[in-house]
Amino acid sequence: MAMKPPIVPLRLEDVSFAANGMRRIKDVSLELSPTGTTVVIGPNGAGKSLLLRLCHGLIAPTAGRVLWNNHPPEAVRRRQAMVFQRPVLLRRSVTENVAYALRLRGVPGHRRGAIIEKVLARVGLTRFAAEPARRLSGGEQQRLAMARVLALEPEALLCDEATASLDPAAAHIIEDVIGDLARGGVKVIMATHDLGQARRLADEVIFMYRGRVREHAPAATFFAGPENDLAQAFIKGELLWWRRRPLVEGKDRDRHE
Amino acid sequence: MAPGPRPNVNDFSQVVHQTLNLILSLDTDLGEIVLLSLRVSLTAVAIAAAIGLPLGAALALYRFPGRRALIVLTSALMGMPPVVVGLVVYLMLSRAGPLGVFGLLFTPTAMIIAQVVLVLPIVASLTRQHVEDLWQEYAEQLRSLGASKHQALWTLLWDARYSLVTAVLAGFGRASAEVGAVMIVGGNIDHVTRVMTTAIALEVSRGDLALALALGVVLLTLSLLVNMGVHLLGTAGAARWR
Repeated sequence: MAMKPPIVPLRLEDVSFAANGMRRIKDVSLELSPTGTTVVIGPNGAGKSLLLRLCHGLIAPTAGRVLWNNHPPEAVRRRQAMVFQRPVLLRRSVTENVAYALRLRGVPGHRRGAIIEKVLARVGLTRFAAEPARRLSGGEQQRLAMARVLALEPEALLCDEATASLDPAAAHIIEDVIGDLARGGVKVIMATHDLGQARRLADEVIFMYRGRVREHAPAATFFAGPENDLAQAFIKGELLWWRRRPLVEGKDRDRHE
Repeated sequence: MAPGPRPNVNDFSQVVHQTLNLILSLDTDLGEIVLLSLRVSLTAVAIAAAIGLPLGAALALYRFPGRRALIVLTSALMGMPPVVVGLVVYLMLSRAGPLGVFGLLFTPTAMIIAQVVLVLPIVASLTRQHVEDLWQEYAEQLRSLGASKHQALWTLLWDARYSLVTAVLAGFGRASAEVGAVMIVGGNIDHVTRVMTTAIALEVSRGDLALALALGVVLLTLSLLVNMGVHLLGTAGAARWR
């Protein structure tokens, strides 16, 4: 196969997103590290999920541009994959769910079997292969979503709170697979509000608060002591989103924008 | 009252007796009528489903000018009076009508056409609702996987299959129960276009209550069996696949 130009780096240029008259993402400009795992953290409503959807091209920015190595997200969406907080599985068998994704990507029928077997084994679902996907437990469903992603061999993976509603064992498998992918050269961007997970997986951290990126730093630097006061409070576990007003940055008028 | 070959309304037990005889002896006239009814209605429903399922799904997925109007129209057409549909199809198929050259009036084909017109809005409209609901749930995931709208359409139809069975069933109910349209375009000709509903209407007016009742019993039984069967299939499938 001829070498394609890489999908990275991912760059956001003055990206804003508004819905129902509310600006939910505000003037975000970023260039993500081309390798490793970028973890987006921040309290609920900070805009983490929207940021991932903008990167994946599921929604279009109302201003600014998202560029994957100079391509718009829709143009390279088939080289990316996304795992959602609540997995959406088809009303078909476990095997069929993976086969469906492969079929969409044009993988010929005779090659699908081996791939399906491999990815189901990776997430420990082999014995459920013939089961209806929607009868699996929550953790198993997310593992299946992960297997589906693995089968697609994406160059970039976006995870939106993929382990938020899972027990530790299921979360561990998901984290393990994500870690493998990142080490294998896949660019991973994940949103989480689980700080432990962020510490375990992050090479780079983006801290968001009320639609803005407040800090963007290598993981080691960030966790050693973030510059931003809000981020400091967040990693200390203070309940930021209860505050009527941000602690610092007196000029911050986000609430009234 | 003069004794006659036809049962009096008061001879209830006699009517029931004759009815059972007709059914149990597998009366050929009765059988012919039942088979024609099934042929007409099932063919009409099959055609309406073949058009209405993809059409309803397309209405759910695609955005185009006039979409709203089309959705309102299909919903409104669900309640069309069969006699009016019969009349319109009659005018189309009559000698002077635009489709007159085919000579279809007073044939089973004409009845099928009329029933397709009656059933199509039901199938399309219910399909649109089911598929729209499922699209809400699937949209992001399918787009993320790289499905085009066209691919999504068939995926949604397949994954909504157990709810769509009820949409088709509603269509079958309408087709098998209506009298007005098939009466007008079929003409209720003995051995040619006489179906259960038109025969019942005729026999009651002629006073042959036994045959009317026998047809009624068969019609009712068939409709119950079909509904029960499909319902069981639907709930079993829905429970298995969630």
